[in-house]
Amino acid sequence: MAISFLEGNEVIARAALAAGCNFFAGYPITPATTIFNTMLKLLPPSGGICMQGEDEIASIGFCLGASMAGMKAMTATSGPGISLYSEQISFAIGSEIPIVIVDVQRLGPSTGSATLGADGDIQFLRWGNSGGMPVITLCPADITDCFLLTIHAFNLAEEFRCPVFIAANKEIGMTRESIDFQSLTIPEIKTRRPAIRTADFQPFAVSSEKMVPDFLPIGDIIPVRQTSSTHGPDGYITNDPKTIESNRIRLVKKLETVASAHCYYEARPEQDADTLLIAYGVTARAARQAQQEAKQSGKPFSLLILKTLWPVPEDLIRKHAQGVKRVIVMEMNLGQYIREVERILPGITVLFFGQMNGRLITPTQIREFLDHG
Amino acid sequence: MDSLLNQNRPPAFCPGCTHEKIVRTLDRTFQNMGLSGNRISIVSDIGCSGLFDTFFHTHAFHGLHGRALTYAAGIKMARPELTVIAVMGDGGMGIGGAHLLAACRRNLDITLLILNNFNFGMTGGQFSATTPSDAVVGSGFLNRLETPMDICAVARAAGAPYAVQCSGYQPDLDRELEKAIRFPGFSIVDICGICTGRYVRKNRLTPERIDEIVKPSTPEYAGTLSDAPRKEYSHHYQELSRNLLPAEEPIGISPMFAPIRNTRQEIVILGSAGQRILTAGEILCLAGITSGLHATQKNEYNITVLTGPSISELILSPDNIDYTGIENPSVIIALAPEGVERRQTLFQNATPDTIIIHERNLAIPPHQATAIPMDCKGKGIKQQDRALAALGVLAGMNRVISMEMLQKAIELRFTEPIRTKSIHLIRDMV
Repeated sequence: MAISFLEGNEVIARAALAAGCNFFAGYPITPATTIFNTMLKLLPPSGGICMQGEDEIASIGFCLGASMAGMKAMTATSGPGISLYSEQISFAIGSEIPIVIVDVQRLGPSTGSATLGADGDIQFLRWGNSGGMPVITLCPADITDCFLLTIHAFNLAEEFRCPVFIAANKEIGMTRESIDFQSLTIPEIKTRRPAIRTADFQPFAVSSEKMVPDFLPIGDIIPVRQTSSTHGPDGYITNDPKTIESNRIRLVKKLETVASAHCYYEARPEQDADTLLIAYGVTARAARQAQQEAKQSGKPFSLLILKTLWPVPEDLIRKHAQGVKRVIVMEMNLGQYIREVERILPGITVLFFGQMNGRLITPTQIREFLDHG
Repeated sequence: MDSLLNQNRPPAFCPGCTHEKIVRTLDRTFQNMGLSGNRISIVSDIGCSGLFDTFFHTHAFHGLHGRALTYAAGIKMARPELTVIAVMGDGGMGIGGAHLLAACRRNLDITLLILNNFNFGMTGGQFSATTPSDAVVGSGFLNRLETPMDICAVARAAGAPYAVQCSGYQPDLDRELEKAIRFPGFSIVDICGICTGRYVRKNRLTPERIDEIVKPSTPEYAGTLSDAPRKEYSHHYQELSRNLLPAEEPIGISPMFAPIRNTRQEIVILGSAGQRILTAGEILCLAGITSGLHATQKNEYNITVLTGPSISELILSPDNIDYTGIENPSVIIALAPEGVERRQTLFQNATPDTIIIHERNLAIPPHQATAIPMDCKGKGIKQQDRALAALGVLAGMNRVISMEMLQKAIELRFTEPIRTKSIHLIRDMV
């Protein structure tokens, strides 16, 4: 056993390297800067590239260029930077560019509070792209999640050729925690599926049984096209409604399996409990403690901690809500993910508790809400 | 060498547009240089110039308005062997101005062709960053309020090593393009041309007039700008990173002591920026880990450096630590009024079991805890050492951590001479 004591951000950076990340570009912003700092220590000596862009738009632009040239790229920022990334995120979604984007959330809106935590970007990450295409978002609750979910994020970005968000929080990214790396089972590392080199290579061609185009990098022997415009399989602009529609539907469908096959969560059911609490991120930790205390005082409740937020694990939520009288959603915002839970569970009482004041939701607050809410 | 023009997609610009001439000249340049399509990446963005990549059989990356240089940088860093040509209009140059300035300073081996036709052709002839103030454009009187930008002068001021202004009509344009592409660094070719679809409908602009605008005879507009050759960014990056030592692995601790108490213990350090509160918090946790405990450290501070409160909340526990906040700490270390101010309620809630270690002359709110004053000021202990000194007091009482745990943590965290100095400091506090 060898216990280390590290910040969540540093562990995200180390996990990125373990996942094969060899390109990072970022722009300094609290509370995400220590990811950049760590990547700068890790990447250059190992032959990788770490760049500081002139702004967030450039930083993610570097990543998109490098990713299309075959590198595994990551960037990290906070809410204000996600705003600036937005158009590039839309590009990465529509043009199927693998990238991992870490959002170490801070209290918004806007400049907000640089050193206070929040989970205020959850719906923004989902809907912050023009066109409203779905995205993948993983949400760590602790230091172990920071490591494992970052590797999963790279694997998903590679497998599905899309941006994958890690929705961290100042309270996860900048909190130090003990971790035993040797005790972790590291997931198998995946890379995007290479295309067969043919003279008539089409960069966005998808065979019927697959949902994701095979990849050749810019710089390959075969010339490769990438474009942010609405394109057909050949990577040229198209106006054909059929081609456009089938491609848009594919962008939605290719992520459908993520909700089931790559749904990360922690279920802590209690027999005969009439309440299910759903939480994610740092709030899930207070919920765990509250659950233990509540059980000891004879008022057990079930707890479902979501680590895949998008696509919404609908079946999982339905399954765990079965037989309960009420579902309570707790978030470090004024009500975001509850919209999904309400949508999935018509006819069931869904209650909300949240706050946006820079303070953690406490186990005491959770128990009081469960007793009197 | 064969033409790299895409046989299936002939250039499709408005009749008479200079862009088409430039497409053919660029193709001739590629042929002159003997470049094959798979050795070139054309990176374009939005507007009429954004059609460029589709006319060539090369690697192509067509992205967002004004951002071509950002993708080009990523591609060039990933594939230094590629010839990377970024193509922008005067519109993209304007919206991506920050990238242009940064690219000049960065000096990656990319060639930027600015197809400068003095207006936004595709959206209706609105004014761009290069539209003359007296031109009649689709933005009403607004261009009369602004002064057009001289691209090469701006590039020079930003530190560009190479910039040249050309006419899209000059017979030796292919040689100018080749010179720019061969330049081993960032090169800009500002190519002035005529937008037949929009601009010349209301403005007189001819190839002859463009010849007058272009000033190839003036040295600062003709090619290499800097006297001393600058290092190319990607080569320089390799040069500087080659000799870096691999990053250190995180400290790994195998538990070696028995814990003082096998229950959850919460400690809060209240101080001000500059007192090394966060480092002391880390050391306390490392000390706890040497006895096999789990640890968390949650910090709070202002974004300012060297001023304002600094608070570290630390938890040591034999079990996994879930909630990382602290409401009723067993130990409060109070070192500065800024931190105390932020956590008044901790003092109100303290019980006789709570220990408060505080600097002797620091005013703290009324409490019922057991107070342990220390006299850092009297002992001549500097501000930045007081948090560590307080850990010495705590370990001396054998509360939460022992002296040997604390010493071990210091040995793990610090190198000489700080290590020995710190060990002396904590031992002197007993």
